[in-house]
Amino acid sequence: MLDYIISKYNFWIYVVLMMIGLYAMIGKKNLIKKLIGMNIFQSAMILFYVSIGVKAGATVPILSGHGHGHVHEVIEVAKYLNPLPHVLMLTAIVVSIATTGVALATLILIYRRYNTLEEDEILKIRKDTGV
Amino acid sequence: MAEQFAALIIVVPLISSLLVPVIGWGQKKLCYPWVVAVLVVPLICSLGILNTVLTTGKFSYRLGGWAPPWGIEYAIDHLNAFVLVIVSFISLMVAIHSKKSVEKELSEKTVPFYTLFLLLVTGLLGIVITGDAFNLFVFLEIASLSCYALIAIGEEGAPIAAFNYIIIGTIGACFYLLGVGYLYIATGSLNMADLANILPDLYHSKVILVAFAFFTVGIAIKGGLFPLHTWLPDAYCTAPSAVSSLIAPLMTKVAAYVMIRLMFTVFQPHFSVEIVPVFAILGWLSVFAIFWGGIKALAQTDIKRMLVYVLVAEVGYIVIGVSVANRVGLTGAILHIMNDAVMMTCLFLVVGAILYKTGTREIHQFRHLNKKMPFTMAAFTITALSMCGIPPACGFFSKWYLIQGTIEAGQWVWAAALLCSSLINAVLFFRVIECAYLKPMEPAYAHNAGETHGEILRDEAPFTMLVPIVIMAAGVIFLGIFSGKIISSVIQFAVPASF
Repeated sequence: MLDYIISKYNFWIYVVLMMIGLYAMIGKKNLIKKLIGMNIFQSAMILFYVSIGVKAGATVPILSGHGHGHVHEVIEVAKYLNPLPHVLMLTAIVVSIATTGVALATLILIYRRYNTLEEDEILKIRKDTGV
Repeated sequence: MAEQFAALIIVVPLISSLLVPVIGWGQKKLCYPWVVAVLVVPLICSLGILNTVLTTGKFSYRLGGWAPPWGIEYAIDHLNAFVLVIVSFISLMVAIHSKKSVEKELSEKTVPFYTLFLLLVTGLLGIVITGDAFNLFVFLEIASLSCYALIAIGEEGAPIAAFNYIIIGTIGACFYLLGVGYLYIATGSLNMADLANILPDLYHSKVILVAFAFFTVGIAIKGGLFPLHTWLPDAYCTAPSAVSSLIAPLMTKVAAYVMIRLMFTVFQPHFSVEIVPVFAILGWLSVFAIFWGGIKALAQTDIKRMLVYVLVAEVGYIVIGVSVANRVGLTGAILHIMNDAVMMTCLFLVVGAILYKTGTREIHQFRHLNKKMPFTMAAFTITALSMCGIPPACGFFSKWYLIQGTIEAGQWVWAAALLCSSLINAVLFFRVIECAYLKPMEPAYAHNAGETHGEILRDEAPFTMLVPIVIMAAGVIFLGIFSGKIISSVIQFAVPASF
């Protein structure tokens, strides 16, 4: 059992991080904490993608051929990392930064309006003002 | 030229959205004509694409000339081409309508509004046109991010609603991305057509089952399917009226399209129907969505909030059509994507016009609107009748197919839910129509308005608002009359051949 967990530790870490993030997003009352939870959630996914591209004993996928574009040796796929999941994550990182940016801007709007970032307090203010 | 349309339909709105701040820098007023002019291009492109698909069958566009399993491919078949026309047409109509309401509601934010508006349209078009599972995620996030920002500039509760939407929407998008990741582990491919070829051998792999589960939940969140719709009412209701009339009809419909695409193209129907019992679950959830949406809508006094809950029910309609998993039901679902998009746009545009003119969304204050805004209210009435399913308006035909589909599948409760929902819609909309047409004038109101005794002056919505409303209302009737033609020439090819 322990071997099973250790041999796939990257997936376990990703699942645990994802659950922490999910809990923070759903369970926390403070909106900033929710946002941090969202970031943890997204990082967990990036970790998952990065780890599926990794191979034991492999190196970066840059071919060292002689001349211009003529690679004479046979390319052994097992010697190189799979770059595609990593490249996908560049896009996903940009998306997560943009999401964080929009969320922070929204939080600034919320703070200016209600002077607090606690969800229950905001709900109370909204209830008291009758909206 | 025709195959270049597939690239232009994305590139033109994307580049133009970045040019909006440049144009709006000097003259804010130029933004509106620019956006309207730009949005004509996707409409022309999508019509060109539809024409090509109808004459020569499906085709694909390779971005940068890279061959499909490695490069990004825009794969266009009847289903995409059909949804593309809907998205581009409705976004043009909403853009035309937006002029006055944006000037009134967002006078200082015209430039960012139109920038985000075009980005949102780009995202929606991209989701529909792409044939690459990861590319779909990117477009989904482009659309969602501009949606979040557009909602946040709305009225009092908008930032809170937008923040909730960001949190829940991100969970949905991440689940979709995880699904893509699991498929990539198992197949090593991101191209939808390629995946469809590789997957049948792996259908009993647990990785594929997990991927399918992530896809279903992620898309259900994005589409606002009961019980994952909790973000939807607040977000769509507090958004500025120009925004809600774009996202309410389109976001949910595009998510429904993605659901159909994933379940019937990427996964074969035989997987989605036989190996996982997903359709039984989705169908019953849709029944709850229809009743819950209808009942919540009955409880509302604010017309926009009422429409938003009706929208929750309408999502249920489409998902029921998908869930019965037979030819008739799926025809109904695809037809309902179009009909509901048109009807919802018309209703939201009417609400935008009423809000602009009278400043209220409370149904009980709609007295004598038929005399003040006769054309707007006529359009509302036509669409309301269509929502109740009265022929020859288009709502009748899609409901007809949906109910036939449920009966063919032997799901009598689902059929009953669809019929009950028509009754609920009748109550909902006749309540509004009664207020607008039949209720006598309140004396105090007539006095305050400074009008002569018993006489109401006509105060119709401005021309830019009226034209799209009338076109959409005419569309409701015409699409109904020609629905047979639409099904025989487009939709029957969009339904997977294995049915």
